[in-house]
Amino acid sequence: MSRVKTLQELFKRYRRPGDIVFAWVFLILSLFLVSQLDSQAPWKPNGKTFSQPAFWPTVAVYAMSFFAAFHLLSSFLSERLEGRWSEVWSWVKSVEYAGWFMAYVSLVPKLGYLPMTMVFAVLLGLRAGYRSVKVLGFLLILAIVIVVVFKGFLQVKIPGAAIYEYLPTALRSFFLTYI
Amino acid sequence: MDALISGAGLLLDWHVIIALLIGSIGGVVIGAIPGVGAAVAIAILLPATFSLPPLVGLTMLLGIYGSSMYGGALPAVLLNTPGTAVNALTTYDGYPMTQRGEGRRAVALAYSASFVGGIISIIALIALSPLLALIAPMFGSREIFLAALLGIILVVLAHRGQTFAAGMLAAFGILLHTVGLEPVNYTRRFTFDQSWLASGVDLIVVVLGLFALSQAFLLLSQPDEQPQATSVQGSVLSGLKELWLYKRVASVASGFGVMMGMVPGVGEFTAQFMAYTYAQKTSKTPEMFGKGSPEGLIASEAANNAVPAAAMIPLLALGIPGEALTAMMLSVFYVHNVIPGPQLFQNQMDFVMALYLALLVLNVLVLVFLLFSTNVLTRIIQVPTRLVGIVILLLSFVGVYSLRNSMTDCAIASVFGVLGVILKRLNLPLVPIILGMVLGGIMEVKLRSSMPRVKTPLDMIDRPIAMILFALILLVIALHIRTLIREHRKG
Repeated sequence: MSRVKTLQELFKRYRRPGDIVFAWVFLILSLFLVSQLDSQAPWKPNGKTFSQPAFWPTVAVYAMSFFAAFHLLSSFLSERLEGRWSEVWSWVKSVEYAGWFMAYVSLVPKLGYLPMTMVFAVLLGLRAGYRSVKVLGFLLILAIVIVVVFKGFLQVKIPGAAIYEYLPTALRSFFLTYI
Repeated sequence: MDALISGAGLLLDWHVIIALLIGSIGGVVIGAIPGVGAAVAIAILLPATFSLPPLVGLTMLLGIYGSSMYGGALPAVLLNTPGTAVNALTTYDGYPMTQRGEGRRAVALAYSASFVGGIISIIALIALSPLLALIAPMFGSREIFLAALLGIILVVLAHRGQTFAAGMLAAFGILLHTVGLEPVNYTRRFTFDQSWLASGVDLIVVVLGLFALSQAFLLLSQPDEQPQATSVQGSVLSGLKELWLYKRVASVASGFGVMMGMVPGVGEFTAQFMAYTYAQKTSKTPEMFGKGSPEGLIASEAANNAVPAAAMIPLLALGIPGEALTAMMLSVFYVHNVIPGPQLFQNQMDFVMALYLALLVLNVLVLVFLLFSTNVLTRIIQVPTRLVGIVILLLSFVGVYSLRNSMTDCAIASVFGVLGVILKRLNLPLVPIILGMVLGGIMEVKLRSSMPRVKTPLDMIDRPIAMILFALILLVIALHIRTLIREHRKG
């Protein structure tokens, strides 16, 4: 009994609700990757062990499994924390904004960097709960500044939008280069 | 001396001067806004600097890196909210001073301590450079492999109480580096027959996802907050004068910052912890620590601001980044075909000196800027958090998409953004993933290239530096185990 207690003391650690869910997911992912090692990182018949293409993936996947197992063990042995599923829900909620980001990314090449940045700045502002003209106007100006600085001034590689092809020739090249 | 003069000459290019100005002032502002921080800013700006000349791009990023902690001290002192994670310790003594009505004094001391920490660190670097130039060529493949291995071990062990999590995340980083076509035998590794995985997972995409997008998602999905700060009355120049009274604490704390900055994987937190402990133990008023002690504030700020310059040592001399920000900078070096490592010290010492001098100049610029702009900054730091989230999300697009115009990169960054949210909410470290990716790549290349000269395992450590590094690895592990046993016995 005292040995069990010693083990518990040894692995107890500071954690937050939801930790055990993450520990389980990470361990399952690690074990899945271990099961895929033969097909995804095959060893070559000849050659030194350390020079094998499979060497580092094997080390990494086994190390992941080893540490993940202990991480999970320490979660089990630490005091149970309430609110794990509400924490998981807050992780899921963040996926909404990943969706916003991907929507923005997929529309820029079609409808243009400046128009989409302005639209998304305002839409995100509304989604975040801002209703005042002052804040939404600020976001609109900010969107223009971002595009002017990065595309116009720093010339970062953002291709012109497909929709710009329909513009008159005189405007098209300007829009493709700067907007 | 010649290198120093040539380095100064390189800095006089007006492009470099403008980059330094933008970087240092931008860094202060970014550092002052809670929820942004240097990592987010550097991650976003990284691809934009690829089109700039190496020195211009690097000085801009260095400016942000070196000055963000100055800015981060302001909300830490006035709002009890650290602008950057490394300013957390500053809140312990800075905010109680503000509550006592000594906000101006606390801000002045924080700026002055940061300035002294930065300057001492750069002087140490310049003084150490000839020695580094001498030692760096002694690092061959074996030594660099062992140094990278030591870095990984330190990253894992430095996360006290989270060693297993840091270990699994570092291993995950190593795995991420191996995904895609292996460069020597062209073997596909963990691509699951998906063509989009054949080119691997780009470090910058992961960095942007973990640091920038995750912060945007986090700020947008949490309740909106608008910090309220009172303005600072009077000049903050008096800080330098008062700092003289605490010169011992400031210089020792800076020394800890320099030492810890040089060790890969350790960084600001350990430096601050050691400096703070030292200051408390040697103070005449240890009971004031945590309740508004000027010494505690000085120890924290001097130590953390001494780290950025020192962290450039392993990066420049060996090509080994010690933490996430220098790992990001490594990619800028590679993009411009400037390979950090022993050759850099031998062949481009003027370039190295220019970077050191840039750090020196930025500390002066930042101090001057802060003397006149503190009250403006107190208004900027009151930006609502969701508004900051929107700005980061829009800017992250530039960072990810401009890299290769790839939707796949954006999708991968989004996935890492969500992973970053989970890790941040669980208070698990992000840095091991990044260092796992970078150091994993270094270890693979260097171990392979050292193999032709290694017949038995002992050949790995048959040279003095390799032997020292191996002994250090054993020592670090042994010390960690001893500490664990001691703590366990104490209960």
